[in-house]
Amino acid sequence: MIWDIAFRLALRALWRNKGRAMLTALGVIIGVGAVIAMLAVGAGAQQRIASQLENMGSNSLVVRAGSVTRGGVRTGAGTTSTLVTADAEAIAQLPGVVATAASVRTSAQARYRGTNWGTAVEGVSEDFPTVKNWPLEAGEFFTDRQVVSAEHVCVLGRTVARELFGLVNPVGETIVLKGLACRVIGVLSEKGASAWGQDQDDTIVAPLTTVQRKLLGINYIHRIEVQTTGKEAASRVYREIKRLLRERHRLQPDEDDDFRMYNRAELAKTAEESASVFTWLLGSIASVSLLVGGIGIMNIMLVSVTERTREIGIRMALGARRRDILWQFLLEALVLSGVGGVFGVLFGVGVAVALARFSQFQVDITPWSIMLAFSFAAIVGVFFGLHPARKASSLQPIEALRYE
Amino acid sequence: MSTPVIRMAGVHKTYAMGSVQVHALHGIDLLVEPGEFVAIMGSSGSGKSTLMNILGCLDVPDDGDYTLNGEDITRLDADALAGIRNRAVGFVFQNFNLLARTSALDNVEMPLVYAGVSKEERYERAEAMLQRLGLGDRLHHLPSQLSGGQQQRVAVARALVTRPSLLLADEPTGNLDSATSGEILALLDELNRDEGLTIVLITHEPEVAAHARRQLTMRDGRLEG
Repeated sequence: MIWDIAFRLALRALWRNKGRAMLTALGVIIGVGAVIAMLAVGAGAQQRIASQLENMGSNSLVVRAGSVTRGGVRTGAGTTSTLVTADAEAIAQLPGVVATAASVRTSAQARYRGTNWGTAVEGVSEDFPTVKNWPLEAGEFFTDRQVVSAEHVCVLGRTVARELFGLVNPVGETIVLKGLACRVIGVLSEKGASAWGQDQDDTIVAPLTTVQRKLLGINYIHRIEVQTTGKEAASRVYREIKRLLRERHRLQPDEDDDFRMYNRAELAKTAEESASVFTWLLGSIASVSLLVGGIGIMNIMLVSVTERTREIGIRMALGARRRDILWQFLLEALVLSGVGGVFGVLFGVGVAVALARFSQFQVDITPWSIMLAFSFAAIVGVFFGLHPARKASSLQPIEALRYE
Repeated sequence: MSTPVIRMAGVHKTYAMGSVQVHALHGIDLLVEPGEFVAIMGSSGSGKSTLMNILGCLDVPDDGDYTLNGEDITRLDADALAGIRNRAVGFVFQNFNLLARTSALDNVEMPLVYAGVSKEERYERAEAMLQRLGLGDRLHHLPSQLSGGQQQRVAVARALVTRPSLLLADEPTGNLDSATSGEILALLDELNRDEGLTIVLITHEPEVAAHARRQLTMRDGRLEG
């Protein structure tokens, strides 16, 4: 049969039952729309997680002082004094390492005039804003000279600034930390909660040396943040650091590590994997509705074949071959699912855009999700259209002609 | 000596109606030469519909030979039979069997679609055929807008548009009043006389059968002439 005729026949047949055709296509529209919208929500969540990880520094490793076992007593994390600034400098020389940042951490009650606020105090080096990708909102960060000379300066996190100063600009004011007067030279921009819900802005950062000597009275460090060239390099660098630190700390092969390491790249991978599982889950739930839409097509096509048995008989008597009849009905199902697919794409994109605007969902409409949903609709059309079309084409001409 | 249009020898057909075997055709022998006008009469249940189905290649015999224009029908598969019906046979049915909600023109074009004729040629041939049967001003009418006689003339146009060698008319006047019946029969007479069209007419009315030049009667699955 000539293609344009088959196509015209399909359109004409659908046009004659406009209402029915529209309702049937609606099933596909909702199915395709749901798949696209759900995949957009999933991809949005994935993107959000990825950007959070980026924020956290997904290329980074963390080395923390570990525990020691002395006479059977294990002292707990962060209690060894073996991790020092020189370790950080040595790690910085390893291939695949971009930068290292040594830090110590304590908590203190910060006082300013009549108010006070308990918060974390971090001792860091001057490249903290760069390494953490955390710009300042006001003032400036301390310099390497201020770190070397252990000056009494500090930079406030957004939460601390608000709690101690309210609307007043804290830059230039002096706060007291454990009896130590510190001049506020800057305020960090707002970073928000971490992936596990911790307020990252509830902190004060000060030069490493100042916190080490003046607040803690120690000469070792608590942690080293290691920035690598990428996720791929991270696991290699992880092994290198382990070897290097064991060597530097002169650990015997039978001794445990006196430090702990966290590979954020691993964490990032896990988080990204779970996000993509989430996307697929949403997508597969949505595709169930597309499947139901397909069953709707099959249902209506079966009805159509029964209604048009006589027409099929006439066509066969006048020379239609089985495949002519098969194509006529298959094409009708395909037009239904195709039209449903096109409008479903529009509907899905609309829903995703509306979700992005009116809810806190972050959405990301990817071209591949549109192609996936549309081709899934086409496959559904063929799959569910084939059975009714087969049924039509396998009718016996005499019986079909006699059908009332 | 030209090839006969129909050559049937010893054709048998049995149907299973539930668990009962119905012997519809009992050894039919039939020879129809080009240009003949043959009427096959018979009461209902005589097997004439079964014979008509086999003559029209809508069905195949269980046993016996049937050649149409020299072509052995018994060996063909469903698609080949569809091709034969399309090219060699024109059907006129008692209840017209036009496609509803489809214009007269489209109805007449339909067999040409399955013959793979181009759009322009389809239109030309269908229009010319309708003109010839006096329906030139009814091209775009739907069957429901036409009288019974007009509908049957559309059906005749549809049957003839592929230029078949055999016109099979199954009770063509069964649903028409006597005046219109006369018109349709006159049309068949004319087609046979002027164009040498081979016609097999199936009817149970002797006065209709009288239009044919040869009358045969079906009785209990056998032809009596």
